[in-house]
Amino acid sequence: MAGDDAILETEGLTKEFRGFVAVRDVALRVRRGAVHALIGPNGAGKTTCFNLLTKFLQPTAGRILFEGRDITGLRPAQVALLGIVRSFQISAVFGHLTALENVRVALQRKRGESFDFWRSEKVLERWNGRARELLDAVGIAAFADVPAAELPYGRKRALELATTIALEPRLMLLDEPTAGMGREDVGRITALIREVAKGRTVLMVEHNLAVVADLCDTITVLVRGEILAEGDYARISADPRVREAYLGSEEG
Amino acid sequence: MAVGSEPAVLAPVAATGHGLRHQRLGIALLAALLAVAPLFLYPVFLMKVLCFALFACAFNLLIGYVGLLSFGHAAFFGTAAYAAGHAAKVWGLSPELAVLFATACSAALGLVFGWLAIRRQGIYFAMITLALAQMLYFFYLQAPFTGGEDGIQAIPRGRLLGLVDLSHDLAMYGVVLVVFLGGFLLIYRTIHSPFGQVLKAIRENEPRAVSLGYDTDRYKLAAFVLSAALSGLAGGTKAIVFQLASLTDVHWTMSGEVVLMALVGGLGTVFGPVVGAAVVVSLQNYLAGLGHWVTIVQGCIFVACVLAFRRGLVGELARLIRRPL
Repeated sequence: MAGDDAILETEGLTKEFRGFVAVRDVALRVRRGAVHALIGPNGAGKTTCFNLLTKFLQPTAGRILFEGRDITGLRPAQVALLGIVRSFQISAVFGHLTALENVRVALQRKRGESFDFWRSEKVLERWNGRARELLDAVGIAAFADVPAAELPYGRKRALELATTIALEPRLMLLDEPTAGMGREDVGRITALIREVAKGRTVLMVEHNLAVVADLCDTITVLVRGEILAEGDYARISADPRVREAYLGSEEG
Repeated sequence: MAVGSEPAVLAPVAATGHGLRHQRLGIALLAALLAVAPLFLYPVFLMKVLCFALFACAFNLLIGYVGLLSFGHAAFFGTAAYAAGHAAKVWGLSPELAVLFATACSAALGLVFGWLAIRRQGIYFAMITLALAQMLYFFYLQAPFTGGEDGIQAIPRGRLLGLVDLSHDLAMYGVVLVVFLGGFLLIYRTIHSPFGQVLKAIRENEPRAVSLGYDTDRYKLAAFVLSAALSGLAGGTKAIVFQLASLTDVHWTMSGEVVLMALVGGLGTVFGPVVGAAVVVSLQNYLAGLGHWVTIVQGCIFVACVLAFRRGLVGELARLIRRPL
């Protein structure tokens, strides 16, 4: 354990769907405080990996260790409570709730369970201040009272980020945070992620290599469910196997 | 192609945060209207409307605020009717205890049905609730205490707390009004509680709610039991009012009717199910002369709702005035 500062580790992580092996024998190691990218061509098993790590899927084989603790048997809500909070490929906001309420649903988790149907939601107002701070931090304070569904796409992703940070996660898993964004939004979200990554660990799936090069200190390349290479951007981009499997199309 | 320009229109217009004063006003208005209604309308008709309105509100709590379509809610309504009827007639319980017992029976049944159904989503959830309710229907058809095709008849209305004689329709109406308003306010509070916030989050995006650490199955189950209990409160009260519990109350058409009521009024609105229940019960009453054609008329209304105004009467009104109702 000493000197080995991995916040998340997997051993032999495998997921099989009716004979099709989506993720095979993956040994992933995410260093505490790192911004770690998981890249690879379509169908490489990146999102499946995410679903396994957050327990939305149950692995066929292998173990997942979070801060040295085996979390393989936990349920997704329990994993979230330990401090692993994920985002989704398609922006996941609560459309009919206002931006403020979106963030508050996450903050509300701090009071424990919320089965008290007889109590007024006024008790939640004590988190309004913190919710506004978080909205402000991602630059959408002006939209606090707007239903999330009415926000433009880039703002939705910002809101999702604010909601995720509200839980004060120790490990954030971002699934393609810049997918489907215009260039300006990509710049804004990248800056935001850099900001919120301070003092946290981030594992992200990302297709935009410019973003990866810009943000991430470690990159794992996944091809056909298996780890092909790992290292920093310079090393990965120089690796001939990676170039062939992943970057090759850009070269030729 | 800069995409940075802010759609400025979005920011202030759709503010929903500022209070729900008009909803409170609406509730006060509704209570006042119902208090004076017996001066103008036949109390027995009004009591029927109120029982079904409460039933529809309880159903709407699930479909409108958790996004769960139960197609077996007649099970809770009917079970409570039998339970209240049996308790009042055979055991000689006072009406308030009979209704309480009925509500508890439906809550317990809701726990079992919910526990079985909640693991499935969407159409599968609806089918499981329907299947369970049908099993219960055939059980009640055979069970000795339900009276089979005859049902439990001549259930005594009794005396409330041993004091107030409920055989008088106006006294009975007073009780039903209090029960309805109590149930309605409880649902209103639930919607606007910390629990309600989590329910709405689950309705909007369940995986996201899970990823924020909410064990959504437990929240859905709690909402299901609450809805079942309130449906039972409605069913038990209905049995006392009409002094009858019959197979009609547990039949699948009753589950369909409550869907229709919620839909006509507006799913996910506070007042919609009340309006929907009033419309459907009125149709049944005033078109009773048409016999089986009533079902056809109801079917046409259902089709019209789905095609023309999917938000329901109250839902469309809410959109017009841009306020949640």
